[in-house]
Amino acid sequence: MSTLASIQRLPRAAHNGRVTQARVVFSEWTKLHSLRSTRWSLFAAVLLTIAFPVIFAAVTSSHWGTMSPHERADRHPLDIALAGVNVAQLATAVLGVLVTTGEYSTGMIRASFTAVPKRLPVLWAKTVVFGVVSFLLMLPPVLIAFFASQAILSRHNLLQTSFSHPGVARSVIGGAVYLMLVGVFALGIGAIVRNTAGGIATFAAIFFVIPPLMNILPTKWNNAISQYLPSEAGRQIFSLTHDSHSLAPWPGGLLFLGYCALTLAIAAVLLVRRDT
Amino acid sequence: MAPVIEARGLTKDYGDKRAVDGLTFSVRPGVVTGFLGPNGSGKSTTMRLILELDAPTAGDVTVNGKHYRDHVAPLHEVGALLEARSVHTGRSAYNHLLALARTHGIPRRRVDELIDLVGLGDVARKRAGKFSLGMGQRLGIAAALLGDPSTVMLDEPVNGLDPEGIHWMRSLLKGLAAEGRTVFVSSHLMSEMSLTADHLIVIGRGRKIADTSTSEFLKAASGNVVRVRSPQATELGRFLVGPNVTVEAVEPGYLEVHGLTAAQIGDVAAAKGFALHELTPQQASLEEAFMDLTRDDIEFKAAGLEPEEAVA
Repeated sequence: MSTLASIQRLPRAAHNGRVTQARVVFSEWTKLHSLRSTRWSLFAAVLLTIAFPVIFAAVTSSHWGTMSPHERADRHPLDIALAGVNVAQLATAVLGVLVTTGEYSTGMIRASFTAVPKRLPVLWAKTVVFGVVSFLLMLPPVLIAFFASQAILSRHNLLQTSFSHPGVARSVIGGAVYLMLVGVFALGIGAIVRNTAGGIATFAAIFFVIPPLMNILPTKWNNAISQYLPSEAGRQIFSLTHDSHSLAPWPGGLLFLGYCALTLAIAAVLLVRRDT
Repeated sequence: MAPVIEARGLTKDYGDKRAVDGLTFSVRPGVVTGFLGPNGSGKSTTMRLILELDAPTAGDVTVNGKHYRDHVAPLHEVGALLEARSVHTGRSAYNHLLALARTHGIPRRRVDELIDLVGLGDVARKRAGKFSLGMGQRLGIAAALLGDPSTVMLDEPVNGLDPEGIHWMRSLLKGLAAEGRTVFVSSHLMSEMSLTADHLIVIGRGRKIADTSTSEFLKAASGNVVRVRSPQATELGRFLVGPNVTVEAVEPGYLEVHGLTAAQIGDVAAAKGFALHELTPQQASLEEAFMDLTRDDIEFKAAGLEPEEAVA
């Protein structure tokens, strides 16, 4: 038995705290930046966004002389500048999934929901923190990718474009918006599925498996349906040109935003109903 | 004083399995209340229901008169250590506590204070995934005490602790209760509870079996078994047997006596001139008595225990 002298005393603390949405956001910011996995996946997204356009631009530039007119016509400077976005979306999506599934796999979610038992503030805070951080972090890389690839291609008039050309600024900045929204969409998926492997698989199915499957459909159907898929709608945010079978940037972007809102809404409903 | 945790007919099903079955109990401030039951008896589930991590199938539980979820500052009301780890393995102990503190606007210096209190100063910046079981428990305790809570609820807190850590934990619990906090601690170890808890709520298969003070429970559960060793055990035994006394000769020179206190047996031996080599009130059988009690899933009606209406 312990003696009185050895009894541990817990220092008192002021009880002026209360849970607010702003504080939960601050807490989620602390959680996000204090994980190595976050830093690595965001670093990978930044690197891929810049590296691919630079490599593509260099390869195109060096092979320009040997390319057929048809091949040349196929090259578009913005496609080169934003080539990295297609690859980097994997990194932001995986991180988006991990933001919630990482808490479930480690048990952290119990601590999070004990501190914030109303739960929804946690989901909103995760979304806001992830969205803001990923957009602010991805904006410089898409700009760097654009100007760097343009600099590399400066010898070829056909591959020159300007940031002030109609749609160019929207497409380049849209690349960062798209990377953010893909991550938010994946965050919603992760919060629904609650399992890292399942979340990534679900995301991959929606973005990489279902779209090619549409080719099985009659062309007329495929053209009518595919443009409304999340991946296709989202892609319009950073696409310069739009054909008759794709949505315009704003409708496409808003539809993708709607998909994000839908996954988050489903996640929210499940979050308050399910046991932890 | 008014009860702090109040459960009324608390029931939880997981699929076909009923984990908690109509639990009604209250936990009062200023004492250590032990929550005793074998593994799988529903202790952890009950604690998750209190924190509303899981929703009850039926019944209700409140903390300080409200559902846990309805408190504006939950960490100031209840500090909880759950049996399952609740820490992201990739985050340092310091950042784990800081992230929790920030939900309530608790300052950084409180995090430092708690890290010192639980003795994790040297490893606070290391990833929690590298922690030993004992260090993980200490981090869990720090998280539980972060909000200076009026109620502390700990699920199997001595699990994985070394002897020094167990001693530390016991004194911490006593200190917290002495400060007037409500302390609700679960354990599957009768011996541990007998050292720390003032009051016991005993459950088996999700049902309440007993709700009584620890001393009453010990008295009733042990059934006054006294272990007696004597070179003249057989002869001594003949003098001890009576209407409410049974004497069991376990082996030559060794008796187990039911129905007499050690003092009574000692007096008889002295009066008759028998040598005694051992005279021990049988604490060791407590664990067994407790297991029998909970295994049978029957109502526990020993003298001195509160009558039970919730258990059919």
